[in-house]
Amino acid sequence: MLKRAIIVLMFAAAAAAFGEDNPNQKCIDSLGVADAEVANTTSLQKGARNFANYCLGCHSLGFMRWNRVATDLNLTDDQLQQSLNFTGSKVHDYIKSTMPAKDAVEWFGRAPPDLTLITRAKGPDYVYRFLKGFYQDPSRPTGANNLVLDLAAMPAVLSDLQGMQKLDTHAVIDPSTGKTKSRPCDRIVLATPGRMSASDYDVFVHDTVNFLTYIGEPIKAKRESMGVIVVLFLLVFTIFAYLLKKEYWKDVR
Amino acid sequence: MAGASDAQATRGSGRRARIGAWIEARLPVNKFYQSQLLDYYAPKNFNIWYFFGSLALVALVLQLASGIFLAMFYKPDGVIDAEGLSGAYRSVEYIMREVDGGWLIRYLHSTGGSLFFIVVYLHMFRGFLYGSYKKPRELLWIVGVMVYLALMAEAFFGYVLPWGNMSYWGAQVIVNLFGVIPWIGPDLIDWIRGDYSIADATLNRFFALHVVAVPLILLALVFVHLWALRTVGSNNPDGIEIKEKKGADGKPLDGIPFHPYYTVKDVVGVGVFGLVFASIVFFMPTLGGLFLEGANFEPANQLSTPEHIAPVWYFTPYYAILRAVPDKLAGAGLMGAAVLLIAFLPWLDRSPVKSIRYRPKFWGFALMAFAVSFCGLGYLGMQPAEGTYVLMARILGGVYFAFFLLMPLYTRNEKTKPVPQRVTFHA
Repeated sequence: MLKRAIIVLMFAAAAAAFGEDNPNQKCIDSLGVADAEVANTTSLQKGARNFANYCLGCHSLGFMRWNRVATDLNLTDDQLQQSLNFTGSKVHDYIKSTMPAKDAVEWFGRAPPDLTLITRAKGPDYVYRFLKGFYQDPSRPTGANNLVLDLAAMPAVLSDLQGMQKLDTHAVIDPSTGKTKSRPCDRIVLATPGRMSASDYDVFVHDTVNFLTYIGEPIKAKRESMGVIVVLFLLVFTIFAYLLKKEYWKDVR
Repeated sequence: MAGASDAQATRGSGRRARIGAWIEARLPVNKFYQSQLLDYYAPKNFNIWYFFGSLALVALVLQLASGIFLAMFYKPDGVIDAEGLSGAYRSVEYIMREVDGGWLIRYLHSTGGSLFFIVVYLHMFRGFLYGSYKKPRELLWIVGVMVYLALMAEAFFGYVLPWGNMSYWGAQVIVNLFGVIPWIGPDLIDWIRGDYSIADATLNRFFALHVVAVPLILLALVFVHLWALRTVGSNNPDGIEIKEKKGADGKPLDGIPFHPYYTVKDVVGVGVFGLVFASIVFFMPTLGGLFLEGANFEPANQLSTPEHIAPVWYFTPYYAILRAVPDKLAGAGLMGAAVLLIAFLPWLDRSPVKSIRYRPKFWGFALMAFAVSFCGLGYLGMQPAEGTYVLMARILGGVYFAFFLLMPLYTRNEKTKPVPQRVTFHA
């Protein structure tokens, strides 16, 4: 009885906590999920291309070497150097942006973070929603804000592709003062279109996040394929161990 | 016994037997094997709960083996460079990306740490279920609790080593706990850290403690734990002393030689444990942030506190108790008491009967309430310390302490069921 009461109370506590969540959660959820698939090499290649063209100017992948990417993504060193590595570094170098950190701090207020482990720290969905979550906000120095990272220092650099979004909000009035307390988001809509259709942009972000997920843990695809063999082996081992145990224990009465 | 080992030593013929006898005369390997495995009789009615002792030993060996390889590549360097990274953090990513099989070793070690605790918690709960802490196993139990304490220290030091942001802030929270001690607190903190903040000096000493000091203590305690076990013998699900019913040959009637019966049985346990282990290592090494927390993939940063500082799951029940108390000193005291109370079980539990099988329903209810409070506190320790969560932690913390502190009262006049003479066993 007490156990049941405790379980009920726990669910109540969880529900209460979820109720106090981010007021923009509905809009954030509407941005979709990453669906990272690190075994899809074509998508990873496109993601690598997107990263080299749109992200590498500012962001490094400081724990990853160029030629590891080439090997894992089925590219030759020549292909790598011609179509991905615009930084002028060697194939065995780490993937480093050429932007000086000191200048970056001056321009953006902080140095753009290294993205090697961003998907591990925040999860692929976070990055996916971040890249889809920029919206117009004249109060920001860059003219844009982000739904998942409020007051983001990063400008909406992909707005050329995505277009510029805006938020449909409603005012929440504080009954004691009669003033607007907050403006939670109802939905996020496209204000000015970009060069890509919404679905093309989704694919673009999906490939990019997929690539970053691979970068976060380059061994992931191999790990999972290896795991199948290990688990099958242990299954067979356990079955034989059990049969052996049964054989010995026949004598125990 | 001596006769049997001599026979074993001289088995075979010619040179091999002579070499065997030569060694045996100087180092009685066979005699040890004979006395510890063949002549060690364990109750034949062990159930699934009795796998976790041997699995804890497997987990320990695995942690030692994987840890040695990690230490070959890991660098305990906590100095933050111009890029905001430390040598320690870099070396972990080096292991994950550039050391051949390094990712596997690291996942084995990180998963092994958590599974070690799961196994140990189940092993301890087995003791609760069948009264394994009762006479004559009080010291065995206390040494077990000491193993648990050493394991907690080992896990804490290990968690700091990757020098991620959660490592850093976790260390901050735990080390600051010592600051609540009156008078010596602030100086004690400086002495533990070796600096005025959690810094490179702290990381270096935690590394030394993690790879040398605590493992030595752990191994010594495990040895004493096994020594005590071999002296008093294993308890069993019926809570009956098998040594009290011996056959004409002097062997317990309800006992079977540990080897081969329990060695072959434990291998099955190792197989199932391996399956669980491999499923996590290969398919979900972070277990959704439970075994490896997301915030720890970010480098240690003095200027950026993670949104919620929470220890790894195996500490969260005690962490919830700590945060449930508004007064810091009282909170830390209660947290310590929550762990130490376990050691007093042999004297808190007044029932003459060991096993839950022959104890009244109320004991089962109390045990259930304890299990629910422990798991519930574990969940709450991962949540932010606010509103309903704190209230819940207070209620469950109350249940936890009531279970232990009221035990002398509710177990004193227990209406127990008659305990059978012989163990229950269905071949």
